[in-house]
Amino acid sequence: MRLDWEIAKRGWRRYAAYPWATAAGAFTNTIFGFLQAYILLAVYRHRSDVGGFDARDAVTYVWLAQAMIMTVYIFSWQELALRIRDGSIAVDLARPLDPQRYWLAFDLGRAPYHFLFRGLLPFVVGAIVFDLRYPSPLDALAFVVSLTFAVVVSFGVRFLYNSAAFWLLDFRGVMTLTITVVLFLSGMVMPVRFFPGWLRDAAYALPFSAILQTPVDVWLGKRDGLALLGFLALQAGWAVVLLALGRFVLACGTRKLVVQGG
Amino acid sequence: MVEPLLLWRRLIGAQIRSQLQYRLSMTLDFVGSGLISFVDFLAVLVIFHNVPRLDTWGVREVAFLYALSSISFALTDMLIGHLDLFPQLIRTGNFDVLLVRPRSTLLQVFGSDFAVRRLAKAVQGAAVLVYALSALDLHWTVWRAVVLLASVPVGCVIFGSVWVVGACIAFWTTDGGEFTNAFTYGGNFMAQYPIDIYSAWLRRFLAYVVPLAFVCYFPALYVLGKPDPLGLPRFLELSSPAVAAVAALVAGLVWRFAVRHYRSAGG
Repeated sequence: MRLDWEIAKRGWRRYAAYPWATAAGAFTNTIFGFLQAYILLAVYRHRSDVGGFDARDAVTYVWLAQAMIMTVYIFSWQELALRIRDGSIAVDLARPLDPQRYWLAFDLGRAPYHFLFRGLLPFVVGAIVFDLRYPSPLDALAFVVSLTFAVVVSFGVRFLYNSAAFWLLDFRGVMTLTITVVLFLSGMVMPVRFFPGWLRDAAYALPFSAILQTPVDVWLGKRDGLALLGFLALQAGWAVVLLALGRFVLACGTRKLVVQGG
Repeated sequence: MVEPLLLWRRLIGAQIRSQLQYRLSMTLDFVGSGLISFVDFLAVLVIFHNVPRLDTWGVREVAFLYALSSISFALTDMLIGHLDLFPQLIRTGNFDVLLVRPRSTLLQVFGSDFAVRRLAKAVQGAAVLVYALSALDLHWTVWRAVVLLASVPVGCVIFGSVWVVGACIAFWTTDGGEFTNAFTYGGNFMAQYPIDIYSAWLRRFLAYVVPLAFVCYFPALYVLGKPDPLGLPRFLELSSPAVAAVAALVAGLVWRFAVRHYRSAGG
């Protein structure tokens, strides 16, 4: 446990070392937030409710999504794949901590850094300019839990497409396809609630919505009581399933691993 | 004028040949890039699943804007590269190498990052354009066709100029490379939608400071024969080429200013 903590601290520090990169990213997220907020507000000039979201919910969704985009690391993460490709994975496998646990601890150290320094600024700007919805203390607590699960689910997905590098010399195709699916079905480009009925049900049933739409729904208080617990349990369930799958794939990959250069 | 173009062709040619060595990877990459940019169009479709119009704009008209923006973006990306790797050149000090060569630094940066897969975005943009044009039932005139054809190269010049200015930020903040994303991806995202849906301050900023409204919005009004919902002067619809020329001039000046103030980061 102590080791996990130390690794998590390294995950935080890695990103804390580049403050300008953080500022630049927060600036970009803010620009996107404004654009998307005005686009969605244009939708609400024609109707007052879309799939259970009113205009205020939708604008809150926009700024939460921009705040979470780096926290749940939706875009490409390929550190593991690169280590598999160049053979460094052999060294990692010899360590007392297996690669999955190592990178999970690293990621859980990285996520709070990104949430505080990449996420907070765009959200505050959004909160100043727009009228946002804020959670009750209980929902805020549930949001923190849900966001943590979201990071683990996202990590589970990223770990899987990185593991493709055990079999494919060029994993980029698999990675791009997965990110495409995640971007759309997580609710990152449009809230899942805006989807047509069948697609919406499918998206809620799949693990990808647990990466973004679930924490947003929790923040907005769309579920309460037992429904909220069930919602969080489903998210936790996906996290466990994906981690188990990752473990299995890692075991298969290790067995087949041939490190170039002996 | 000819000699730099030959140089650029050589730089690009070498990279095309190297990327075509791995056919399967190339194909997967190409398909993946096409799909990931198509996600933005899915967003447009999701919006119009919920509302018949976005203010005065129907789905076909927004599809038209989307297509124009995608094609110009993708071709700019092909021709001058994403400038994504450019901040890295500054950070590692490798920009010094470009400076000692007796060729334009900008041209060398343009030629340094070419990827065949970027054509995929243009292909999906072209597919959406075909859909939009066939569904729109436009009244064609020679001038409308001319404006449509010209809007792609003009759009490329505007996008390219904005990116160059955005990339110049890297001269001062060595690890702030992500600033350029606000100009590249942000500019593309913005141009995909009609600018009249944005609030006044953002719209004015986009139309007159960072002239992205001239990439799609104004040419589209002309080609579609659509009265401007904002009631702006009609001559703006045809002023994109002039705006592009000014933008390129400004970008060139900013680049020269930035290069002159470059202090190498490498030892």
